Amino acid sequence: MGFHVIKRDGVPTWKKWLIRVVSVVLGLLVSSIVTLVLTGTNPLDVFSYMLKGAFGSERRMWSLAQGIAILLCVSLAVTPAFKMKFWNIGAEGQALIGGLASVTCMIFLGDKMPNWLLLIVMIFSSMAASAIWAVVPALFKARWQTNETLFTLMMNYIAIQLVSFFVYKWSNPIGSGKIGVVNPNTHSGWLPVIADKSYLLNIIVVLILTIVMYIYLKYSKHGYEISVVGESENTAKYIGINVRKVIVRTMILSGALCGIAGFLLVSGTDHTLTRDTIAGRGFTAIMVSWLAKFNPITMILTAFILVFFQKGATEISTQMGLNDSFSEIIMGIVIFFIIGSEFFINYKIKKNEKEVKE
Amino acid sequence: MIIVSFIQRAVMQGIPLLFGSTGEILTEKSGHLNLGIPGIMYVGAISGVIGAFFYENSVGSANIVPLLAVIIALLSSMFGSLVMGLIYCLLTVTLRANQNVTGLALTTFGVGFGNFFGGSLIKISGSDMPSITLSATSNAFRTELPFAHKLGAVGELLFSYSFLAYVAIIIALVSAYILNHTRVGLHLRAVGENPATADAAGINVNRYKYVTTCIGSVIAGLGGLYYIMDYANGIWSNNGFGDRGWLAVAIVIFAIWRPNMAVLASILFGGLFIVHNYITIPGLGVEGQELFKMIPYVVTLIVLIVTSMRDNRETQPPEALGLPYFREER
Repeated sequence: MGFHVIKRDGVPTWKKWLIRVVSVVLGLLVSSIVTLVLTGTNPLDVFSYMLKGAFGSERRMWSLAQGIAILLCVSLAVTPAFKMKFWNIGAEGQALIGGLASVTCMIFLGDKMPNWLLLIVMIFSSMAASAIWAVVPALFKARWQTNETLFTLMMNYIAIQLVSFFVYKWSNPIGSGKIGVVNPNTHSGWLPVIADKSYLLNIIVVLILTIVMYIYLKYSKHGYEISVVGESENTAKYIGINVRKVIVRTMILSGALCGIAGFLLVSGTDHTLTRDTIAGRGFTAIMVSWLAKFNPITMILTAFILVFFQKGATEISTQMGLNDSFSEIIMGIVIFFIIGSEFFINYKIKKNEKEVKE
Repeated sequence: MIIVSFIQRAVMQGIPLLFGSTGEILTEKSGHLNLGIPGIMYVGAISGVIGAFFYENSVGSANIVPLLAVIIALLSSMFGSLVMGLIYCLLTVTLRANQNVTGLALTTFGVGFGNFFGGSLIKISGSDMPSITLSATSNAFRTELPFAHKLGAVGELLFSYSFLAYVAIIIALVSAYILNHTRVGLHLRAVGENPATADAAGINVNRYKYVTTCIGSVIAGLGGLYYIMDYANGIWSNNGFGDRGWLAVAIVIFAIWRPNMAVLASILFGGLFIVHNYITIPGLGVEGQELFKMIPYVVTLIVLIVTSMRDNRETQPPEALGLPYFREER
């Protein structure tokens, strides 16, 4: 008696979400067992620590929202490229180069122009720098079919070393190996604080981008072209879409959005730059986007899940005196379960029927 | 003899990269782009450390039996990376998940796993230093050939390494031979180039994918173990392994998917990694060194671009690299 797997279509939406919720719950269950084994803590306590870590105080909730916003911004950036099956795993480097452009403007143009003008210069130079970083692999992919996954991966490390170079060069105080907070007194090039909430502007910007991206992908001609190229390049060519142009254009957009993420991190959050400013979000964003099936609105939820686990697990490790990497283990386990669950949405396992002997 | 010591250090830097890239080449030849290699190398390293740590602690580091210490560390390291390989296979081969996403999740998990257990062992061992020191096991790993230092420069260059270094080179050469000169290698390449055709020819595609990916993981994990036990003298420090896993992925491209080329490429990259400690280039300050560290990635990029432009069938990535294979969707 064997089994075989068949594709299934038309799974009702509620069933899809049921499968996903079950997978998250299973992931949580396994994580709490792991926590129990490693720390000897009652799983219920673990969850209450997690909730406390994420929602425990007003400051924590703002920090949660800020974490979601930045991760979401990078996820929005990679989404159009993934939708056309261009595996851009270089968002880390692209956003970092955007941050570099921002911090360069802050250092050298700091007190030479009014703040509103400086912010505009910063945002455009970040978008331009990141777009250039992203379009190089796209041009090679479009012309010579160069493998974009490997190309963008290499570009990450080139960006990180480039930033390292400038961090040492501009370190303040000299020789410290850190840029330090830029313009701490004049706040020149800092994104303004509105309504006394330091991250509110970041969050609003990302929310607007999310809605725009949703409309762009779903209702615009560009969005349609992206879907067709993603489904089948040959179909795209057949109906007269210029595939090369779509690839290059989409990667410019993808890069520019990474630039905004870099800008928000430098100007709206850290006010400085290190080689770890992006902190792996370029990679986490890929999971956010993919788990949400490239739907920007759903991505709010998937970004929330990942950031929640990160904050929650960080709280557990503080409470238990463990180190921070605990959050990565928990996040990894939950992601494995969500990734695995997609199979049960797309396929059905059937028992082989007995062969009828004649 | 600065040049001799430079080459020695370059080889020692290169060996972890060689393990990682050989493992990744085998995996990619089966059509799977495993971006989890950096995480797997961390897990391979920490699993070996955990095994050695408990062995050293149970008998006292003065009383260890060197051979047993080596075997325990090796087996626990291989077990750790094998589990990682199985997770990757279960998700990408059986459950047909996206390879890039799975690989990246595996790296997040693996690096976290390594640093978490590294940190916990540091606590258990109660040391004030942010690292674990396993000198006894490390010394067992670094037993050298007795005549190595008697043969002058030749002896230093060729025979002064620990046994794992030779194992790495042998694995790479054997892999190259198997890939190009045996039936198993031919089948494996067929699976990576065109799984549907391989399937039609009666090759068990999934079995090949599982076996090669798991073997590849185990090999890559040994790279992590070598780094800790040999290069780092048995000292685990969190994030000490750094980005070497990604450098190993880069070498796969640089070596155009040939394990025998990977031997030279790894030593070359190892040399580039440390050359700034040996030669002073005028005007190259601390910041210049950071630019210098960029060179391996830039060179890899150039190789990737040139091979794609020349479009020579011999130097291309496996045709089905990164694509899932569903028999039902042929």
